[in-house]
Amino acid sequence: MTLHVPAINYLALLPFLLVTAAALKLLMLTALMRRRIATSLATWTAVVAGLAVLGTTLVQWYELDRYGSSVTAAGAIVYDPFGVLMTAGIAVSLILAVLNGHDWQRREGIVGAEYQMLVLLAAGGAILMAQANDLIIVFLGLEILSIALYCLIAFNRRRQASAESAMKYFLLGGFAAAIFIYGVALTYGATGTTNLTNIAYFLGSNHLLHPGLLLAGGGLMLVAFVFKVEAAPFHFWAPDVYEGEPTPLSGAHASIVWAGAFAALVRIMVVALGSQQSTWRPLFFGLIVASIATGALLTIQQSNAKRLLAYASVTQSGFVLLGIWAGTASGVAATTFYVVTYGPVVLATFAIVGLVSGPGDSDHALTRYQGLSRRNPWLAASLAVLLLSQLGVPFTTGFDAKFGVLAATLDAGNVWGAVVAMMGAAVAAFAYLRWTTTLYADVDETLAPLVVPWATRVVVGFGVLTTVVVGVDPGLITSISSHATLLFQ
Amino acid sequence: MNVPAAWYLVLAALLFGVGCFGFLTRRSAIIMFMCIELMLNAVNLTFVSFARTLSDVGGQVSVFFVMVVAAAEVTVGLGIVVAVFRRRTSTSVDELSELKG
Repeated sequence: MTLHVPAINYLALLPFLLVTAAALKLLMLTALMRRRIATSLATWTAVVAGLAVLGTTLVQWYELDRYGSSVTAAGAIVYDPFGVLMTAGIAVSLILAVLNGHDWQRREGIVGAEYQMLVLLAAGGAILMAQANDLIIVFLGLEILSIALYCLIAFNRRRQASAESAMKYFLLGGFAAAIFIYGVALTYGATGTTNLTNIAYFLGSNHLLHPGLLLAGGGLMLVAFVFKVEAAPFHFWAPDVYEGEPTPLSGAHASIVWAGAFAALVRIMVVALGSQQSTWRPLFFGLIVASIATGALLTIQQSNAKRLLAYASVTQSGFVLLGIWAGTASGVAATTFYVVTYGPVVLATFAIVGLVSGPGDSDHALTRYQGLSRRNPWLAASLAVLLLSQLGVPFTTGFDAKFGVLAATLDAGNVWGAVVAMMGAAVAAFAYLRWTTTLYADVDETLAPLVVPWATRVVVGFGVLTTVVVGVDPGLITSISSHATLLFQ
Repeated sequence: MNVPAAWYLVLAALLFGVGCFGFLTRRSAIIMFMCIELMLNAVNLTFVSFARTLSDVGGQVSVFFVMVVAAAEVTVGLGIVVAVFRRRTSTSVDELSELKG
């Protein structure tokens, strides 16, 4: 008797294997070494793993260009340009998040490799979500990502707020995961499969007489994703968790988690449930309006930098959902562009937020930014550019990203969606501009100059360069993201 | 005796509803946590019932994944609960007041 083993394309799985191997290496070293291993060793391991993933995605991109997309591992993993580009975006975010964490550990006097190991695992989960072609794989990726995050949020044991926000995120995250997997079970009952391609095939060739099961299943899965991407009405955890968790992690939250969750959401909505678009579009429209409106209105009331950025990312989620709402090739391309370019910007912003807050990582009042231009003019200018990019000022990636999703929305015939989005962006602009003017406010007292450590310098430099260079000439990334097509779209 | 599969599905839905209701109304972290476990087990029952009616092994395999993930979540979750409540006497989430929002 022989066993049939499905063929596995290891090149397609290499990014996930690389980050997991690096995480396991750090875990084993930590367990076996007698002394605590140096933070810089852990940082370099993670950075090298991230660079290796970037190299792999480059090879994959050219291979896909020549031979086309495919599925592997019995149809559970999909190997297509969309997944590869999302993986590259996650790898960049991984490197920047680890560098952020390096300086944070120095400031807090924490030695060890646990932070880097857990960020690597979280990135592995996000990569798995970006490549998943089966709802069970999406669930596994989501849980690898989430469980690593639960530990990371509680990482700072000296701050009670860190553990409390971990508990909040853990209880709500577990609740969302249970809702998601119940949605998967109902979808399985309605279509007879958990494979995204087969679901699409089943729904394309059968007419459901009783769509109730599928409606409930799809709705429950959507609820869980709305929670993960911090869109309204399930965004209420975001400001508390952002405030409580270590600052480098807030950046990872808005980049790595975001990318993984949006990639999986695109696959589920556009690939698997694409034929049901007329059903889920009104739901999405409600989510978009709610996210952009609540995000914008609450952003302008904040006096704490991390809470402000948390509400700002609620608004940004609304914009990305707009691209998925369109569901067209240009909508998916705009979503990809948005998610990939937002990562470096938000990580660089949080790098500065962490640095300004200083040791203790607890005081994030906006008043601390008064006169930052006197303490370090370069840092203040960088923060101004990053904030203007998130606002969506022309010649930054923020503008191109917002323009892309709005153009896709208008093409798909949703004028009101575009109008609401523009109004939301205009309201949120007030918060960003107020923060920017604070940087250049006059202060009477003499302030000590702020020295920027090398890792933060790299992150901020990379974020600012990305947003300005890509913003002035978005041609390359736009053409890459419009080639980042989904298999079976 | 033949039992319609729908009965199992209704039972699973009820269990899920009980878990959901408990999570939203109870204030002890440990009980909220148990409610999540109840919801996950309702999902397992749903998977198995559908796998039998569809004569498909995929649903039964999914149950193992859910069980493994639930076990991993318990490990981390209890660690966090212990870390938070080490200096407190009760496990009520209403006492967590460091982050108001």
